[in-house]
Amino acid sequence: MKDKLKEIKELAVENLKGAENLKALEDLRVKFLGKKGELTKILKGMGELSKEERPVIGQLANEVRETIESKLEETKKFLLSKEQEIKIKAETIDVTMPGKSKILGHKHPMTQVIDNIKNIFIGMGYEIAEGPEVELAHYNFEALNIPKDHPARDEQDTFYINGNLDFLLRTQTSPVQVRVMEKGKLPIKIIAPGRVYRSDEVDATHSPIFHQLEGLVVDKGITMGDLKGALAVFAKELFGENTKVRFRPHHFPFTEPSAEMDASCFACGGKGCRVCKDSGWIEVLGCGMVHPKVLEMAGINPDIYSGFAFGMGLERVTMQKYAISDLRLLYENDVKFLKQF
Amino acid sequence: MNLPISWLKEYVDINCKTEDFIEDITLTGSKVESVTNAGDCIENVVVGKVLSIEKHPDADKLVVCQIDVGQSEPIQIVTGATNLFIGAFVPVALDGARLAGGVKIKKGKLRGVLSCGMMCSVEELGYTRNDYPEAPEHGIYIFSEEQTPGDDVKPILEIDDDVVEFEITSNRPDCFSIIGLARETAATYRLPLKYPEIIVKEEAGGNALDMIDVEIKNPELCPRYIARVVKNVKVGDSPQWLRHRLTAAGLRPINNIVDITNYVMLELGQPMHAFDIDTIDERKIIVRNAEEGEKITTLDGMERTLDSSMLVISDCNKAVAVAGVMGGENSKITDGASAILFESANFNGPNVRITAKKLGMRTDASSKYEKGLDPNLSIEAVNRAVQLVELLGCGEVVSGMVDCYPNKREKRILEYSSDRINKLLGTSLSDKEMIDIFKLVEVEADGKNAVIPTFRPDLESEADLAEEIARFYGYDKIETTLASGTPTVGKRTMKQTVEDIIRDTMVAMGLSEAMNFSFESNKAFDKLCIPKDDKLRQTVTISNPLGEDFSVMRTTTLNGMLNSLCTNYNRRNPEAGLFEIGKVYIPKALPLSELPDEEPVLTIGMYGKTDFYDLKGIVEELTEVLGMKQKTEYSPALDIPYMHPGRCAELSVESSSIGFLGEIHPSVCGNYEIGAKVYAAVIYINKLCENVNFDRVYKSLPKFPAVNRDISMLVKDDIIVKDIENIIKEKGGKLVESIQLFDVYKGKQIQDGFKSVAYNISFRAADRTLTDDEIASPMKKILKELEEKLGAQLRDK
Repeated sequence: MKDKLKEIKELAVENLKGAENLKALEDLRVKFLGKKGELTKILKGMGELSKEERPVIGQLANEVRETIESKLEETKKFLLSKEQEIKIKAETIDVTMPGKSKILGHKHPMTQVIDNIKNIFIGMGYEIAEGPEVELAHYNFEALNIPKDHPARDEQDTFYINGNLDFLLRTQTSPVQVRVMEKGKLPIKIIAPGRVYRSDEVDATHSPIFHQLEGLVVDKGITMGDLKGALAVFAKELFGENTKVRFRPHHFPFTEPSAEMDASCFACGGKGCRVCKDSGWIEVLGCGMVHPKVLEMAGINPDIYSGFAFGMGLERVTMQKYAISDLRLLYENDVKFLKQF
Repeated sequence: MNLPISWLKEYVDINCKTEDFIEDITLTGSKVESVTNAGDCIENVVVGKVLSIEKHPDADKLVVCQIDVGQSEPIQIVTGATNLFIGAFVPVALDGARLAGGVKIKKGKLRGVLSCGMMCSVEELGYTRNDYPEAPEHGIYIFSEEQTPGDDVKPILEIDDDVVEFEITSNRPDCFSIIGLARETAATYRLPLKYPEIIVKEEAGGNALDMIDVEIKNPELCPRYIARVVKNVKVGDSPQWLRHRLTAAGLRPINNIVDITNYVMLELGQPMHAFDIDTIDERKIIVRNAEEGEKITTLDGMERTLDSSMLVISDCNKAVAVAGVMGGENSKITDGASAILFESANFNGPNVRITAKKLGMRTDASSKYEKGLDPNLSIEAVNRAVQLVELLGCGEVVSGMVDCYPNKREKRILEYSSDRINKLLGTSLSDKEMIDIFKLVEVEADGKNAVIPTFRPDLESEADLAEEIARFYGYDKIETTLASGTPTVGKRTMKQTVEDIIRDTMVAMGLSEAMNFSFESNKAFDKLCIPKDDKLRQTVTISNPLGEDFSVMRTTTLNGMLNSLCTNYNRRNPEAGLFEIGKVYIPKALPLSELPDEEPVLTIGMYGKTDFYDLKGIVEELTEVLGMKQKTEYSPALDIPYMHPGRCAELSVESSSIGFLGEIHPSVCGNYEIGAKVYAAVIYINKLCENVNFDRVYKSLPKFPAVNRDISMLVKDDIIVKDIENIIKEKGGKLVESIQLFDVYKGKQIQDGFKSVAYNISFRAADRTLTDDEIASPMKKILKELEEKLGAQLRDK
């Protein structure tokens, strides 16, 4: 009986080596370990054994069963992994084929720039103000210290409405400053992006409708140093950490002292290139300390309060940022253009 | 304003590179537009001395010259010029030289004889005989004085000067002159300013006061008028130095008298005019308003019709000049003039500007006057002019002058406080430091009061003085700080937040953002088939538009959207989906008595692989994001003229309309030449803002399963599913969790005029698993109502 068991074991191990698939393996399991299998057949003869022999043979039979079972398991694992390997091989795809795109739309490049600037200033504690585009001459001019005979008020620059010189399309976002100041809630810390209108024929760099962004801070003790500080932070956020700024004296009727701010060219870092016309600087905005007359006209006492204001054209910033060569593209709305941003 | 550096150096001893000068002057507030150098395009042209001239062996019209160009050996040049002589000094373009217009000179053979360069005319150097009257009409330029062979010709011909162009802001009329820019330069470098010394010899007999009379009728428009007289005038060419200064500054030399007036205008900023004194009847100058319709022929030969707002210079009978703009043909200086009258006057800036504009003739003079000049400048200018007459020897100056100056402009005194200026700038300058800076700009200050020179009308208040301090202390030296005042919270308003959410949602739905003009043509209303009496045609209208296409503020955004889609269609983009957030401008009353309503609108437009339900899906998703979907209703909109009447829905909340969506009417698509079906939505953002709800309350996740029932029915074609859904909701009661339309079918197997509609209804209770029996009753009610109310025939039942 011992010999028979050994024989079965060896036969089973030998047979398992040749099993090529799970079906063959199952057949072998039934053949050796099944209810009518070889091992069971032998164990049925156990009754005929002596008392002494029975445990010895029983143990041996168990060993044989365990060996076969573990071999079966081993072979099964091997076959499974082999089968998976074949399946995986068959499933190989060309990963260089294009992806199935989920179509997303695109925000207008101007909106993206405006959003960026808004977020910078919101982070610095500014609120976003708005004002009307069809505006009273008073807010667009007089209240900003631009008197009646000032060249900026020429009809050739300003669109007037329904034959009435009191109504016009605002030529700048600055009237929002006055409207905010008139509300009398101090301190003031706002930006006001929006559309403005000037009588320029449409060409690659001009448009009768364009966007500006205005900023105004009014509080006790605001200095020109504060103006420089706020705008230097802004420029770094917009153009990059290494951006330098410089302030050049300039003239605006509603600020005094006034300045224009240049930022070191983001394209060349200040060495000079096509973007900055070899100067190393890009003109970014106009700014200054709010003119005492403007504060006074808006009902704020210039002896107690001071402030700074700034204004910038957004088309130019957008065009520089994305290297857009023709302003007209911004208003054509060709999806091939919009999808690039 | 053009500033030739060589001219600047006459008043300030600066000794730096032009690029450094530009940087420095920019930082004190004079804005540089460009730098040019007329000599930049000329290279390798030197003085040559003609040593010999021989006939060309094979060409009758050519000669072969040996030229000393300062090298060890003379060079050989072949030329066709006939004005050469042995010993002449000429400009020679050597091998590899560059001339005006990008011409390059190379060694070569002319009819078999080697020629190693070219001798030049003034034209080849980029000039004309206007600049060098001594140059021959045809032929090589020959230097009138002895020169050193081999020297660069540019300094000799004065064509190596850097010319800096400045943008002068409207508040600084004083900088519209060489002397003004020199003053800024001197202040920038803290160097002394050397004013030209003005001394007039007055060698002619008589006195101007006996020769002419001046009357100012309108002193408001003419605060000052000075006249001086020059006798025995010799009109001729100006000397080279004067001509070159004019050319460098951008003016054309004409003759010595005109050149002198232009020179003074450039140097001091005061425009001047010269009249032939014999053309002034009774030798009386009257400064008066023109008669309405009065005519004058100006120096450019054009007849001008004037109106009574314009100021003229006239004699007793006729106008002889448009004040501050241009002289008259009738009084101009001709070669035969024996005596001239120099006018140096001050005119009201805005009036000159408006006159020049009305007449369409903005001249050098008017552009100076329009900024508003200092009347105290007139006297220096007239004396400078007659001094130049004496210097050039082109006339004899009569002593005395007529100076009509009814209201003298005095120096203004401003109070200031150094402390307040420091507080505004964020600086800590001492009284002394400020006084020193004021001196640089000729403001005399003592720590409390500042005396302002009359050429600086822009200095009106302490803030203006603060700017002068900041400019010359240095904007760059002001310490950068961050405002330390009251803390504020940065934020967006509700409307701005909603607009941002709309943008994000639209982009997520695959639409790209468009921007269209806010003004458009009146014809847009016709293209949109909007009836003549429609309210949308009541527009805010621009009085002075750039053209009819840009003349009315839009009252609907669809025209812009359709134009954009048309652009895409014409450019063969197979599909386009756009949205725009923009305003419409609705007048409250016409003519305007108050500002119009500016209403923000969301506009969606698309064509291509899309249909009404794609559009509706986008709108539904938006209302979902804004937390208002449950409140919205869609109902057929039949009467919007530019929409397809069978494919347009009105969107409303609690029976108040907030917009519409649908297919654009085919004839409107035709008007915009779009050969595809276009779907569009217009939604009013303020109305969205009124209904948004961002509160979200967690509902516990379902613990018990839902029971689903499908129903399919046949209804008449004109039954809308909204009515079916209302019945299901109403009769289904509380247990109905959701209803889902999953099929609408027309065609084969369905009788004409009918459609098959199929729904999945999901029932659920929060506290138990529903039994079939519980569902049976609401289902029965639903089916009964559908049959009775809508005549639905249930299928598969």
